[in-house]
Amino acid sequence: MKSKGSRIIEMIKGQPVWVILLVSASLFSLLSNDFLTFRNIANIVLQSSILGIMAVGMTGLMISGYFDISVGSLLALTAAVAVSLTGYSIPLAIVLTLLCGAFFGAVNGLLVTKAKVNAFIVTLAAMVGVRGLVYVYTREREIIGLAPEFEKLAAGKIGFIPVPVIIWAVILILAEWSLRRTVYGRNAYAIGGDADATKNAGVPIDRYVLSFFVLNGFLVAVAGLVLASRLNAATPILGIGQEMIVIISVVLGGTKLTGGFGNMIKTMAGVLTIGMIQNGLNILNVHHFYSMLIMGLIFIFVIFMDAKLSATK
Amino acid sequence: MHPVAGNLLSIVKRQGLVLAFIFLLVVISFFAPRFLTFRNVLLVLTQVSIMGVMACGVTFMLIGGNFDLSIGSQLSFTTVLVVSLHDKIGPIPAILVALAAGVAIGAFNGYLVGFQKLTSLIVTLGMLPVVQALTLIYSGGNYNQIQNPEAPFSFIGRGKILNIPMPFIIFAVTAIVFAVILQKTVFGRRLYAVGGNRVGSWFAGVRDDWVTFFTFVITGFTAAMGGVIMGSRLMSAQNYLGKDYELMVLSAVVLGGTSLYGGSGGIFKTVIGVLILGFLANGFIHLGLPYYTQMLAQWVIIVAAVWMDIKVKKEES
Repeated sequence: MKSKGSRIIEMIKGQPVWVILLVSASLFSLLSNDFLTFRNIANIVLQSSILGIMAVGMTGLMISGYFDISVGSLLALTAAVAVSLTGYSIPLAIVLTLLCGAFFGAVNGLLVTKAKVNAFIVTLAAMVGVRGLVYVYTREREIIGLAPEFEKLAAGKIGFIPVPVIIWAVILILAEWSLRRTVYGRNAYAIGGDADATKNAGVPIDRYVLSFFVLNGFLVAVAGLVLASRLNAATPILGIGQEMIVIISVVLGGTKLTGGFGNMIKTMAGVLTIGMIQNGLNILNVHHFYSMLIMGLIFIFVIFMDAKLSATK
Repeated sequence: MHPVAGNLLSIVKRQGLVLAFIFLLVVISFFAPRFLTFRNVLLVLTQVSIMGVMACGVTFMLIGGNFDLSIGSQLSFTTVLVVSLHDKIGPIPAILVALAAGVAIGAFNGYLVGFQKLTSLIVTLGMLPVVQALTLIYSGGNYNQIQNPEAPFSFIGRGKILNIPMPFIIFAVTAIVFAVILQKTVFGRRLYAVGGNRVGSWFAGVRDDWVTFFTFVITGFTAAMGGVIMGSRLMSAQNYLGKDYELMVLSAVVLGGTSLYGGSGGIFKTVIGVLILGFLANGFIHLGLPYYTQMLAQWVIIVAAVWMDIKVKKEES
């Protein structure tokens, strides 16, 4: 029979992200009166939607034991493609942007599965290369959207919920459902847990991993579209450092870097925590230099705790 | 196969990189007449030296099976430190403080990776913004410069001995010292053992945690050396100047043929990789291509180099 105290500790160990979310929310609401208002919370959710959409793809990849650090560059590229094409036709711009994201996801995925190059290197190189493409495509200038209707897409609301939040919610629910209920999703955990055993069980793991990379690229393109529509402009330096924020949120949500663990609801909590911390630091007028420091330290602390907790289990 | 042809093929395979390097020089000089002049070659050698010194440390790191993504930030930090302290406490203390800062950051990374067994890529991905933020907080976001740009400190980055640029001499000496450490000392042999098989080396009585720790300290030290050369070359420091250096250095080391999976590699290979990247970047400018086309070339080079590495290993085994 365990004592009540140790059971609470067990529970906290299992769900650290909710505890961090609650602690940071209460901390910020103590420090500022403007934090815990309905308007600000709605704002945090809206601002987090782009990060949240990207985090869904990253969670899928990380569950199967891979990750992608080219997402920041790909975000910039897809946003630039989207904005530049809206002048011709908005549906065409959307389709081509999504294809562009899926294409670069496929390039990464093929290099990882067919050429057997380490995912870290493939995506690190792609982070530089795709950023180069962004500069080539934009000629180092910012692109301003020519179609005011495109701007209305992300500014729209269904009921009282903003469209970006709805997109995020739909993707999140679909992803969580397929992770739990479909063979496809269950195999993601199997590949992350033990790739060799999964292969021996007859699962074509290369095809699966490729599809996770393609999906990830596709979701980055969705995020790129939302971002492009919110700004109705794109600059070549968009999304620099975003890959780290995405990985922080996913790891904060309890997804293991070694694969085989994680779920989308906790990733959502991780995204909201990061969104809340960024928002809270802004409200408290913390200088950008210090928030950079704080985010980095939180990241290292989270990995440290992640390693300690999985060691004690 | 005909014996001579077979021999030729194996030479091409083994020395393929050196041949590719010579080929590259010839092709670019064909299109850009000023590319292979004495002056330009000296210029490239000066330019690659900072990357080269850091690449020596990173070679150790990769052989030991880890990687440090925060070296670009460390370069920014130590450059800002040495430049801002130069006028306050004098050149030699400033250099010592910068080197100590590099060692301290390396020790922190090394503790987390070596003793706490955290994944090096992820830890240093977090350290990248932390060290960059420390740089910005320290400088207040301001641009630093040394009052007298002719001060003796500038000799490190701008001086020449017998017409050879000082940074290149530092790079060459560092490369030789590191090659000797790698080939002739117990530490060097242990480094290969830990990178090749960490658990195995532990059973053989190697303190893999300390070995890993020291690779991070050494890498921090070389990043700080890069910072000192950089500060002395520019006699000023911009806060983000080390940005993307981690990728350039990594490309150079991997291009040279040091494996990402640990356990193999060498300093000579790294020197070739550094020179190729340096001449390539310079050649691109001579050919009149915008700087960002280098980013595309880097993408192809890194992936191709690692792919080749994997293929060659498969054939050998």
